[in-house]
Amino acid sequence: MTLPETLSRRAMLMKLGIFFNGIIAALLAVPILGYVLSPLVRSRKAPYEGWLGLGAADQFPAGQTRLATFRNPDVAPWDGKTADSACWVRRIDAQTFQVFAINCAHLGCPVRWFPQSGLFMCPCHGGAYYEDGTRASGPPERGLFEYPYKIEEGKLFIKAGQLPTPGNPSALLNVSGKLPCA
Amino acid sequence: MRLIQTIGDWLDARLQLAATIRETAEHPVPRDTASWFYVFGSAALVVFVMQILTGILLAVVYVPSAGEAWNSLQTLNHSIAFGWYIRALHGWGSNFMVAIVLIHMVQVFLFGAFKFPRELTWIVGVFLLLMTLGMAFSGQVLRFDQDAFWGIGIGASISSRVPIVGPWTVHLLLGGPIIAGATLSRFFALHVFFIPGLLIAFVSLHLLMVLKLGINEWPMPGRIVRKSTYEKQYHELTETDGIPFVPGAIYKDIFFSGCILLALAAVAAYFGPFGPSGRPDPTIIQTAPRPDYFFLWLYAILSLLPPQMETPTLLIGPVIVILALLLLPFIFGEGEKSWRRRPIAVLTILLVAVALGTFTDLAGHAPWSPVMDAWSGDPIPPAFLQNRSALERQGAIIFQLKQCHNCHSLGNEGGKRGPALDTVALVQTEDQLIRQVIQGGGNMPAYGKNLSPAETTALVAFLKTLHPAGQLPARDASRAVVTENTPPSPPSKP
Repeated sequence: MTLPETLSRRAMLMKLGIFFNGIIAALLAVPILGYVLSPLVRSRKAPYEGWLGLGAADQFPAGQTRLATFRNPDVAPWDGKTADSACWVRRIDAQTFQVFAINCAHLGCPVRWFPQSGLFMCPCHGGAYYEDGTRASGPPERGLFEYPYKIEEGKLFIKAGQLPTPGNPSALLNVSGKLPCA
Repeated sequence: MRLIQTIGDWLDARLQLAATIRETAEHPVPRDTASWFYVFGSAALVVFVMQILTGILLAVVYVPSAGEAWNSLQTLNHSIAFGWYIRALHGWGSNFMVAIVLIHMVQVFLFGAFKFPRELTWIVGVFLLLMTLGMAFSGQVLRFDQDAFWGIGIGASISSRVPIVGPWTVHLLLGGPIIAGATLSRFFALHVFFIPGLLIAFVSLHLLMVLKLGINEWPMPGRIVRKSTYEKQYHELTETDGIPFVPGAIYKDIFFSGCILLALAAVAAYFGPFGPSGRPDPTIIQTAPRPDYFFLWLYAILSLLPPQMETPTLLIGPVIVILALLLLPFIFGEGEKSWRRRPIAVLTILLVAVALGTFTDLAGHAPWSPVMDAWSGDPIPPAFLQNRSALERQGAIIFQLKQCHNCHSLGNEGGKRGPALDTVALVQTEDQLIRQVIQGGGNMPAYGKNLSPAETTALVAFLKTLHPAGQLPARDASRAVVTENTPPSPPSKP
């Protein structure tokens, strides 16, 4: 005959066991979630917030648009060629530049510059842009993405290193360390 | 023989599986389900097993590193005995799998097999379809070539459009701020561990339910499904007119699966592996990325939607489609099963099939993409240059030099982005041509800044010659009247 009021040893250990497992699960959830979300919660300053050199400004003649390549600021040894990126540098005059991402503002395919017609054309879905990056025709909803630039001691610097996308057009949003709800 | 019997008995005394297996194999199924329409599920399973086998074989050599993946695929293709064939089997197996899963789903839908009590079997099946598509996409990413690289970029651009959390989703998807080593590692884990694990679990669940609930009986027009009576009727059917699954029905499954495997082996041997295309180097921009076959329809939709419709369609469309598929068995869980009494179901399938087929076919030609090298690679056909004046031929040179040919075709050569110009002089007058060239519009860029007046004159002179012999070019009727009524200019005084 058992007394319903008393807690049997069996039942208590069962409850304790569930409790311990629950605590461990909660404790382990912190590092596991942190690991999975690590691309978002890096504590150090995001590398794409610094300036990145494209070399001497004089290699870009005024009135022309040329392809420039650069190495991303945040690379792993096994990135291979994907550590490199390219951008279109348009020099308007001695001090004025425009640096465009090669990614189409529609879905990110690489746009090509045609100096003869003064157009950027995208091979994927047929977007086209004028030489100043504004939208000319096709599915893009906006002009080409532009990187901020500065000239220091005759050298051209840009802020890049993040894939520009329609949701993050300036590619400058600090995604590390700050969640939208925080 | 006796030895085999002894070993078998010894094993079964410990495993005790023989009775369960025999019971499963011999469970009664309705006689008319031993049909050639009921073979697609088992064929999908067989191709899935084949994908696991060839996938494991590929993993023996493949290097999931952004720097080396492409090289390891070259090694598989060229240096390792039959490496190319294993790649071909896996790549074509993926296409076979998507195709068979879709056919299986259409058959289940038209035969009303999603109705009571098999709602959950259908829902698990919907998830299996999504996972199959997920495997197809992530598999394309592992073929880390130019198509794969820019394909992930497209995925990132789409997910970035989710309101508020878009940019964070992109970083999570890419494993960092750009497409690089971390991205490939993530997709490798998805393709090799995460999705296959889920697939195996869901396939098991799917099969278990087919066994427990019984295979769908052949739908007879007028035999109505009612929750209160269906299960009793089904059991009567299997008891009075049932046959054991083995060997009564399985021979058709085995024969069909054999045909599919044979076809897969033959197609893989004949066509070989997919790619890899160019090296995944973001600084090589001379590329025109294309998705794999089963995503071509999406490529077409993304090109043809009006810009302002695109983001809502991309974000809301999939939710509606998936919800509709998941809710289907709850909304239409009872009633007629036979496609003969379900005209709307048949029409829905036809509509979806025609739409997907049309989009896929269009994407094969991609008329919306400019032909990037038409200006330098596709000369104007001679017929458009014969008997032309010097000015008109100069205009033809401008036509090539200013890349007009990239978007406009002449004699079916060149781009199809804009209208063909073979007979443009019939529909536009000289003034309209000048306006269109200089100001653009109707999805054409304006060339005003990039054409000198002399170039515009020459170009329009050439365009004015583009009309069939014997048909006059379009002209502005008012111009003639104006010319007629203009008094001749007074003779200049000597």
